[in-house]
Amino acid sequence: MNWEPVIGLEVHLQLATRSKIFSGSATTFGAAPNTQASAVDLAMPGMLPVLNEQAVRYAVLFGLGIDAEIGRRSVFDRKNYFYPDLPKGYQISQFAEPIVGRGQFEIVLGDGTSKTVGITRAHLEEDAGKSLHEDYHGQTGIDLNRAGTPLLEIVTEPELASAEEAVAYLKALHSLVLYLGISDGNMAEGSMRCDINISLRPAGSDTLGTRAEIKNVNSFRFVEKAIAHEIERQAELLDSGGSVVQETRLYDAERDETRPMRSKEVATDYRYFPEPDLLPVVLEESLIEELRATLPELPTAKRQRFQDQYGLSAYDAGVLADSRALADYFEAVAGTCSDAKLAANWVQVELLGQLNREGLTIGDCPLAPDALGGLLARILDETISGKIAKQIFEAMWQGEGDADSIIEARGLRQVSDSGAIAAMVDAALAGNPEQVAQYAAADDQKRKKLIGYFVGQVMKTSKGQANPALVNQLLAEKLPD
Amino acid sequence: MASETPVTASSLLEALDQGRCSAEELIRDCLDRIGAVDGALNSFITVDAEGALAAARAADADRAAGRAGPLAGLPLAHKDIFCTEGLRTSCASRMLDTFVPPYSATAVQRLATAGAVTVGKTNMDEFAMGSSNETSYYGPCRNPWDGDRVPGGSSGGSAAAVAAGLVPAATGTDTGGSIRQPAALCGITGIKPTYGRVSRLGMIAFASSLDQGGVMARSAEDCALLLGTMAGHDPADSTSAREPVPDYRSGLTMALDGLRIGLPRRWFDASLDSAVGDRLRAALGELEARGARLVDIDLPHNHLSIPAYYLIAPAEASTNLARYDGVRYGHRCKAPLDLEDLYTRSREEGFGAEVQRRILIGTYALSAGYYDAYYKKAQQTRRLIRQDYLDAFTGVDVIAGPTAPGTAFRLGEKIDDPVTMYQEDSYTLGVNLAGLPALSLPVEPLGGLPVGLQLIGQHFDEARLLALAHRYQQDTDWHLQAPPPPGGAA
Amino acid sequence: MSLGAEQLERLAALARLRIDPGEAPALKDALERILGLAEELAAADTTGIDPLANPLDAVQPLRADTVTESNRRDAFQAIAPAVEDGLYLVPRVVE
Repeated sequence: MNWEPVIGLEVHLQLATRSKIFSGSATTFGAAPNTQASAVDLAMPGMLPVLNEQAVRYAVLFGLGIDAEIGRRSVFDRKNYFYPDLPKGYQISQFAEPIVGRGQFEIVLGDGTSKTVGITRAHLEEDAGKSLHEDYHGQTGIDLNRAGTPLLEIVTEPELASAEEAVAYLKALHSLVLYLGISDGNMAEGSMRCDINISLRPAGSDTLGTRAEIKNVNSFRFVEKAIAHEIERQAELLDSGGSVVQETRLYDAERDETRPMRSKEVATDYRYFPEPDLLPVVLEESLIEELRATLPELPTAKRQRFQDQYGLSAYDAGVLADSRALADYFEAVAGTCSDAKLAANWVQVELLGQLNREGLTIGDCPLAPDALGGLLARILDETISGKIAKQIFEAMWQGEGDADSIIEARGLRQVSDSGAIAAMVDAALAGNPEQVAQYAAADDQKRKKLIGYFVGQVMKTSKGQANPALVNQLLAEKLPD
Repeated sequence: MASETPVTASSLLEALDQGRCSAEELIRDCLDRIGAVDGALNSFITVDAEGALAAARAADADRAAGRAGPLAGLPLAHKDIFCTEGLRTSCASRMLDTFVPPYSATAVQRLATAGAVTVGKTNMDEFAMGSSNETSYYGPCRNPWDGDRVPGGSSGGSAAAVAAGLVPAATGTDTGGSIRQPAALCGITGIKPTYGRVSRLGMIAFASSLDQGGVMARSAEDCALLLGTMAGHDPADSTSAREPVPDYRSGLTMALDGLRIGLPRRWFDASLDSAVGDRLRAALGELEARGARLVDIDLPHNHLSIPAYYLIAPAEASTNLARYDGVRYGHRCKAPLDLEDLYTRSREEGFGAEVQRRILIGTYALSAGYYDAYYKKAQQTRRLIRQDYLDAFTGVDVIAGPTAPGTAFRLGEKIDDPVTMYQEDSYTLGVNLAGLPALSLPVEPLGGLPVGLQLIGQHFDEARLLALAHRYQQDTDWHLQAPPPPGGAA
Repeated sequence: MSLGAEQLERLAALARLRIDPGEAPALKDALERILGLAEELAAADTTGIDPLANPLDAVQPLRADTVTESNRRDAFQAIAPAVEDGLYLVPRVVE
């Protein structure tokens, strides 16, 4: 049968606070085990939680960023279950009254179309610790450094229809939270983890099938693979007359498969109820307005503006607006050189290419945007050609100075003296009589190729510094009709 | 010795101030009396002789150097529910039999900073779950007035230790009457402040929305003295109140003329021991004679306090006690087979029967399909109960009634029947559900056993309760009566 | 109010307690009596009444985002039943 996947995602986003959501412990990644676990984090008797203001502000910023209803009053609940990485025997979360209600979010798919994804809710909660399964004499070791790190759990409606859409959503979400500055978004360190709810239904049907939940997938690639595998697994099951069991599964990246989680065998009943150690969180309108005023231009709006203001293609605008740092960089370059398309092209091709080769992000870029803009300005005023510019770019990257000083030092100024170029053109024609004869006999298409050949000859003679437009013009004049 | 007129905390501090005795002498005296009496009484779980003597000597040195805190050298006992850094804090449970906290409760810290000296940790019902002190892992504490009877609970050890003159004052906690009922049964004064008045940080949780720390002492004056030190906002407790703390001691002399005292009609009906009722009416008559006006009132939902409380408190307790899993501290079973065995056996071995019963009830009240009918219904009823009190306070300043339905009962009399035991709390639970302050003070005893009068105030109106009790204690000496010495010899 | 044996088992499993078969009848009886008590609540008309989770109508205070805790692992782990290399040990957990 032709099955249609229905996918919903729950993203656990670690918020970039300095201290934990309910205690004054540090949240730094990678500390020695249990050195960032305070009496509160360890659930020592008599210890009590106090809510971190920054976690609340970040949650509200997110809500504003997806144009969601902000819970003027939200309530923390206890979610009760036993697990060694959960010291209190309950997780403090939000159940009935979350801080962020319904919102929506636009994503752009590979074919350039866009789709609006409904966000059901986003709520604050605390992260659990980590279980280390290396063998401690047949035992598991528990590190509670991560316990109490603030999480924003962001839940989508079950509206994603493919692995591609799921990944597009996650990438867009990743971009958004970095724009908002509410998370470091470091997926390798678990700052953004994803639970995937997935079910199949006959194509065209509007009832939902039984879903499986795949827990804790922490990279875009694994999300894509886990979904692909799960779709395949469920389709095989259904095609062979079986049925999907509602269960929690684990994606095993090493074996590239999903399998049921054994630890969740005991049927759970989370017994949510309002956390009596905390009071309702009431947000003043003034705080919400203050945060709204700090909202940066967000990716969707920026993408649109790049198209409208600079005449960029949707694709180029999407690439450049993907990160706030890259977008800012691009705009600074465009401002310096006054040609946005040239700037867009150079930032995407030369700059991103170079960053990629060196494994750097835009934040680590050694080249200031006005330096790159200065280089592009020399292309625009015809001091140098694009080809020479690439050579200068390399030198600038190596720290040899700004474009003008490199042009001077290396004598790379473009030759636009028509007398000098005419002499080089004459020499090229005189040195290649065979090609001149071919040209005379050739059709238009062949002539184009031959012109390219002559331009190459002239460029060689000029060490690339001849003004290409002038070379072309003189060749057209001097070649036979 | 125990039949001497007991010394109050206030008089001891006066003696210290005037140099009539040293803190070290006071502590040695306390330790001697504990050594002599407590084998039979069992009011202490842990006595910290060494630490107390060191602290007393430090207090003497501070006093000599002119930098003594207001309570410098005052001997004090803490209910074993308050965490004391470096001193075993068991909550009267096998689960925490070896638990030595690396931190102190805020209330303990504040009293220590003021110079009070911790003599030891008092007996209690396990995790404060009980009204008789019989659920303690360390065996029951006995009532100093009659060793065959219970001291009440859960703060039974604190009440008995103060009543027996082992310490002038002690801390207690009150979730459903656990300060007031033992104070009543042991003939001392005990105050449970407004919810949020005393920080809960470091106070081992039973039911978070009901728990409140307070003071158990001879007199209202002593309660005022200690409460003023313990109370106040604590930023580490989200539910801690920001209301400023008045000077309770200077408030003791506030004018009370024309004070309206509300008497809930149904509290003086057949459910109350009639002789106890007579004693309470006599005391109320004396207050009336001193200018108070007695007004009948109704608290139409208060009789639902027992079912509401016995769902809400176990529900909160069932999850508050989930942290005791044998992983990070506390009892861990021997040679666990697997994780489930570690959890189940550690908890089964670590918790006593009443604690397990309440965990199961609480788990039930919160479980899927029952939440609305039990937990939610109880919390809705709680609002009605609170509203009754708020409505009553539009017409009266204070509400008065019994603390307990009778005098101290015999050991073993009610322990096998939880529902009968729960009736013991019928006059006290509503106060916790509503978060109000209340105190119990001793009136004329009955058949050699103490009787307590309960005074309930509006939120944050502790000062008026203390002043009213103080007024009564100025003219009577029931609060200064001591139990007969152990062994029955007069 | 009657609790089935299965229900009792499930409650015990959720609470990570074990019910001694010998004590089960007495426990069942006690629990049923307590829950029976709870049925008195039906007498209260709570239509449209908000649950009261906390006796004071206060709102949650917020803490500034500063690190105030230092590493006290040694003190905390001195009272732990089983630790190694700074980790708390539990019987092997299989995911």
